[in-house]
Amino acid sequence: MTRSVRRTRRILRLAGAGAAAVMALGACSTSSGSEDSSGTSDASGSPKLSGTVTVFAAASLKESFTALGKQFEKQHPGTKVSFSFGGSDSLAASITGGAPADVFAAASPKTMALVTDKEEAAGAPATFVRNQLEIAILPGNPHKVASLKDLDKSGLKVVLCDKTVPCGAAAQKALDASGIELTPVSYEQDVKGALTKVELKEADAAVVYKTDVKAAGDKVEGVEFPESAKAINDYPIALLKNARNARTAKAFIALVRSAEGRKVLTGAGFLKP
Amino acid sequence: MTDSRPTGPDTTTPPEPPGARDGAQLPQGPPAPDHETGTGGAGGKPASGAGRPPGTHPHPHTGLHAHLVVDRPAFRLDVTLTAAPGDVVALLGPNGAGKTTALRALAGLTPLTEGHLRLDGTPLEHTPPESRPVGVVFQDYLLFPHLSALDNVAFGPRCRGAGKAGARAEAAAWLDRMGLAGHATARPRHLSGGQAQRVALARALATRPRLLLLDEPLAALDARTRLEVRAQLRRHLAEFEAVAVLVTHDPLDAMVLADRLVVVEHGRIVQEGAPSDIARRPRTDYIARLVGLNLYRGRAERHTVRLDPGPSITTTEELSGPVFVAFPPSAVTLFRDRPTGASARNLWRCEVAGLETHGDRIRAALTGELALAADLTTVAAAELGLHPGAPVWATVKATQTHAYPA
Amino acid sequence: MTPLDRPGAATGPHTGRPRRGRAGAGGRRGVPLPLLLPGILALVFLLLPLLALLLRTPWSTLPDQLTSAEVWQALRLSLLSATAATAVSVVLGVPLAWLLARTEFPGRGLVRALVTLPLVLPPVVGGVALLLALGRNGVIGKWLDAWFGITLPFTTAGVVIAEAFVAMPFLVISVEGTLRAADPRYEEAAATLGASRFTAFRRVTLPLIAPGVAAGAVLAWARALGEFGATITFAGNFPGRTQTMPLAVYLALQNDPDAAIALSLVLLAVSIAVLAGLRDRWMTTS
Repeated sequence: MTRSVRRTRRILRLAGAGAAAVMALGACSTSSGSEDSSGTSDASGSPKLSGTVTVFAAASLKESFTALGKQFEKQHPGTKVSFSFGGSDSLAASITGGAPADVFAAASPKTMALVTDKEEAAGAPATFVRNQLEIAILPGNPHKVASLKDLDKSGLKVVLCDKTVPCGAAAQKALDASGIELTPVSYEQDVKGALTKVELKEADAAVVYKTDVKAAGDKVEGVEFPESAKAINDYPIALLKNARNARTAKAFIALVRSAEGRKVLTGAGFLKP
Repeated sequence: MTDSRPTGPDTTTPPEPPGARDGAQLPQGPPAPDHETGTGGAGGKPASGAGRPPGTHPHPHTGLHAHLVVDRPAFRLDVTLTAAPGDVVALLGPNGAGKTTALRALAGLTPLTEGHLRLDGTPLEHTPPESRPVGVVFQDYLLFPHLSALDNVAFGPRCRGAGKAGARAEAAAWLDRMGLAGHATARPRHLSGGQAQRVALARALATRPRLLLLDEPLAALDARTRLEVRAQLRRHLAEFEAVAVLVTHDPLDAMVLADRLVVVEHGRIVQEGAPSDIARRPRTDYIARLVGLNLYRGRAERHTVRLDPGPSITTTEELSGPVFVAFPPSAVTLFRDRPTGASARNLWRCEVAGLETHGDRIRAALTGELALAADLTTVAAAELGLHPGAPVWATVKATQTHAYPA
Repeated sequence: MTPLDRPGAATGPHTGRPRRGRAGAGGRRGVPLPLLLPGILALVFLLLPLLALLLRTPWSTLPDQLTSAEVWQALRLSLLSATAATAVSVVLGVPLAWLLARTEFPGRGLVRALVTLPLVLPPVVGGVALLLALGRNGVIGKWLDAWFGITLPFTTAGVVIAEAFVAMPFLVISVEGTLRAADPRYEEAAATLGASRFTAFRRVTLPLIAPGVAAGAVLAWARALGEFGATITFAGNFPGRTQTMPLAVYLALQNDPDAAIALSLVLLAVSIAVLAGLRDRWMTTS
């Protein structure tokens, strides 16, 4: 029995003074059910993969990982890949807080470190892609933004990610490296927030990831800038210690790191590691 | 008992309120306290209280002329009211008769479906309540709880354009007139029921209305306070020079306070006239019960009235055609056995349906040949061995009945 | 003094009010278990997370956390904007509540439902909706920008607007409920004294419903103080200008949970102080 299940049971026992007892029974039987199915497949020693893999992945991976998940399920009938996309920090906090996950794919080594520091990872994390910053601008580039320096123009409304989230930290690194001091109108809580402001034309430019610009389609345009090379984000992936379906999870990680997986990821705008 | 009380701060000539002698006070102050002789002339009401004979229409350009029609689902109010300046009219009727609806229609709080409303010759049926020269004393007074007694009274003058100081001075004079000078700063919740009633009256009068409406003005008071307040209210109404209409379900209030009663049942007027007339000659069971009379309807032929269903009653009046016959419960004498010496006239075989104490007497409700109420002393009731179901004989002397045309 | 001048001579509505349960008889007469148990459970449920927050507070580093200028900047902005949003809610929301409670118009039920919509709308969606309406490129905002050069996103005014948007329904609902409970005959009494409807509202109704307005304002203020989603979406996040306490807490949580706990503690302490103060002053006097 995993720790999280034990914890769940304990909490439910506490709460279950009244009618909650019924729900507790239901919850317990569900978790032990999935446990059993993975257990039997392990015990049989069959090479056939089965069961559900739960993947916690950075929000920027949503499009490409969803595609890879479908591919994986097709290649291994009987398996199911379920995703939880979100800010890497929140995901890391969930994992250290006991959330049931098999795989963690983070948008920065720093956030992955939050998990490895607590010894929640089963092995050393491996970098599988990298992401580079780009300037997202309004379609048609009405403000003629061609470089990072152009963002300093007066009257231009620029949004950055907050320094506490990976895209903000990276943008700050690039700005520092080029000696530009930029005052944005807002430090957004995540990269999607920054991008939304440009999509809705509330801001004129945002410093975001290439993959985000690509995912936004023709609502924004991307402007590459050389300083972004100084702030390339590594994306690490790791199997988690408490994985309930380690064999299938490992197979999914292998798919992500294979040439096939890389093709999907670079198609979304990621760089090879 | 209905006269003004001979003592107390209200009846002695009050000292002029502080500030009353200040300039600009006199033209807009409250009317001078009634010195009996001071109100003579057009606006004054005869001190005797004898109103015009009922049914006389006042001059069309003064007083109240109203035909109030209000349609509600399953209810229709249709009453005609007229009153001359100085009249006090009481709308009397059971709960749900439409009295309060009529009052609200006069105040403009309930729109008329049809009809008209003229006050001193001015049509008011389309005038919003805030523009009508109408003052209202609500049943539970509705004094504004967040304002002092003084500010409650000053509210009306303020709304009608008086300056703050002027309105307060006027309000102070009104409170003084009501004997409430010491309570000017009190919040309504700290006033007794009687005080609150007088503040409400002062508030209504402070706008100098041409029509004063009072909704059950004494209903919220207990019996003892009621006696006092009723007497005071009567005096204030007597001083009031314009039309006053009050609504009540209490016949005593109506008869003490009003010169004229209008009895409303089921949205219609069933009888109107001077209180004494109505008390003597009720025309519906409701009024008969209110004034404590046994009332029957029948057809008269000389001294005999044949009731529609039932026996005959012999009367002293000589009438013919449809009539009412009334006699008080105290006129009834009860016997356990058929009285042998008595004449057979006005003798009925009855059965006791119920007994209740009524003051120091017992009131017996009887059924049988004639349904009636009879009053007797406790001793008599014991001697007769009255109990529900007991058979009795009831007689009434012809001289104690009263017959009048229906 | 005549007998009727004695207070208590009458048993009208003005005297002889039953004294409220000072006797405490209600408390002694056993509390039914089906009410007691869930009640206590609810209390524990509500207080436990706060207790945990206190238990895990890094007391040793707390002074350092609290002396940073950014904390006070965010706190100041939070208090300022929540108060401004409450003022906006009162000025606009009380008349709306009056319209809903005292007038008849077609579709009133629908309007009332729409008023409460921000209560169920996820605040982030509310923020996007505000951008679409009042943003630089929004339905109205476009004209505000073109005619007056006013853009609301990324400004403190934008914070106030976002907070008022989510907080006003609390005030409207609270005040409307008070108005419905208030006796409309006081307004009639005022009318018979010559007061127009507005005068009656201003001089009679408003003072009568003041406790309800105060309660609604406190609710709205509390909601505005804790507002996060609509604020960050509509007004963005810039220290000193649009970064309120909840935004600071959320962002601190990303990489410094201790700082987040410290900030939350400040917010909690300030709101408890304000709410307790108001409660004593206004809400228990009726």
